[in-house]
Amino acid sequence: MTDHPPFLTATDAGLTGCTSCGRVWPAGTARCGRCGAHLHPVSTASLQPVWAWWVAGLIFYIPANLYPMLLTATLTGHQQNTILGGAVELAQHGSWGVAGIIFLASILIPISKFLAIAYLALSVGTERRAGSHRHLLLYEVVEFIGRWSMIDVFVVAVLSALVQLGFVASIHPGPAAAAFALSVAFTMLSAQSFDPRLIWRGPTENE
Amino acid sequence: MSVPPETIDALIACPRCDTLHRSHALAETERAACARCGTLLITPRTRSFLHVVALSFTAMILMVAAVFFPFLGISSHGLSHESSVFEAAMAFSDGWLAPLSLAVLLAIVLLPVARFAALIYTLWPLSNGRPPYRHAALAFRFAEELQPWSMAEIFVIGTGVALVKVAGLAEISFGPAFWAFCTLIVVTVLKTAFMSKWTIWEAIGR
Repeated sequence: MTDHPPFLTATDAGLTGCTSCGRVWPAGTARCGRCGAHLHPVSTASLQPVWAWWVAGLIFYIPANLYPMLLTATLTGHQQNTILGGAVELAQHGSWGVAGIIFLASILIPISKFLAIAYLALSVGTERRAGSHRHLLLYEVVEFIGRWSMIDVFVVAVLSALVQLGFVASIHPGPAAAAFALSVAFTMLSAQSFDPRLIWRGPTENE
Repeated sequence: MSVPPETIDALIACPRCDTLHRSHALAETERAACARCGTLLITPRTRSFLHVVALSFTAMILMVAAVFFPFLGISSHGLSHESSVFEAAMAFSDGWLAPLSLAVLLAIVLLPVARFAALIYTLWPLSNGRPPYRHAALAFRFAEELQPWSMAEIFVIGTGVALVKVAGLAEISFGPAFWAFCTLIVVTVLKTAFMSKWTIWEAIGR
C-alpha cells in the first residue's frame, strides 16, 4: 500500500516534537525552549490519563441521566425533567428541531464520544503504519465536537435565570446539571490526553 | 541517527503524527500541510497581527456590554422578569450547585476575556515590529490551551435552544447584551481566521 517513501518521524530521528508549537528538540529534553510546554515522547504510557478521565466521565454520566436536569413549577403543578425526559417532552410538543439538538448534544454525542475514545485507545498499536487517516479524522471529530455537549448546561442556566415568574412559572436547575457538566469536562480531558501521534506509530516495535 | 543542532531549528514535527518536515518561509498565500496526515502546519499571515489585536480589543468591549446590559426578558400573565448574562451564570448559585456557577462564568465570560487579553499582550508589540514583551510565550500558550474551555459560542446556541423552549410559555424580549453576545461570536470567528499559530511562534521565538 505504501507508494511513497516511508516518512521519517521525529521519534525515529532521535528527537521529540513539541505538540504545542511544532518545534523539535533532542530526545530527553523536558520543556520546549520556545513555548515552554512540557515535551513528552510518543508512548503508550500516555494512555493512562486517557482511561482515568474516561472512567471519571462515564461515572458522572450515570447520575447526569438519572437525576432531574430541570425542576419546573407552573400554575398546573410541579415537574421534574431528566435529560432524556426533556427531549421526549419537546418532541411530543412538536418541537422536533430543538428536541433533536438536545438529543444530539446530550445523549448521542456523549455516548459516541465514550465509544470513540475507547476505540482509539484500544486500537493503538494495531494500526498499519501507512494509513491511519480514518483514526485521525475520528480523533479530530471527537476533539472538536466534545465541548458542544455543554449546550444543555447553558440551556438550563438561561432557563433558570429567565423563567422566574413567581406562581405563573419558575424553573430551577436540578442536580443532573452539575453531574453532566463534570462528565463533559472529564471526557474533554480524556480526549485531550490522547496523543494522536500514537495512531501513526504502527504496530508496537519496542517501547 | 542524530541530527546536527543547526538543522534542528529548521525542522517542524507534525503535532498529530510526528512526521518531520523542513520549514521554510512561505509566500502570503501559500500554506504548508503535513505530507502524511494533512494537518495544516504553517499558514503565514504576517501582517495579520494587528487584525487579531483589533478584533480581540473589540471582543473585550463587546463582552463588557454583554455582561452588564440586560440580556433577555420575558413576560406572561402580567408578570415579567429580566435576566443578564451574569444572572444566567449565577442560576446555579443556590446550595451545592454553586461551583457550577463559577464554571459557567469562567467558560462564557472570564476565560474568553483572559484569552483576548493574552492575545493582545502577545501580539501588540509584534504588530509594531518590536520584540515581544516578557513571558509572551507563556501568555500565548495559555491562550491556546484555554481555547477548548472558552465556550461563548456554545452559550449562544444554548440560549437559542432555551428561547425555543420558552417561546410557547411567555413573550420574550431581547436586550442589548443579546446582540452584543451574537456580535462577539462573529468577531471571535474572524479573529481565529486571522491567526496563524506557527507565524506567531516564529515571531515570539526570535
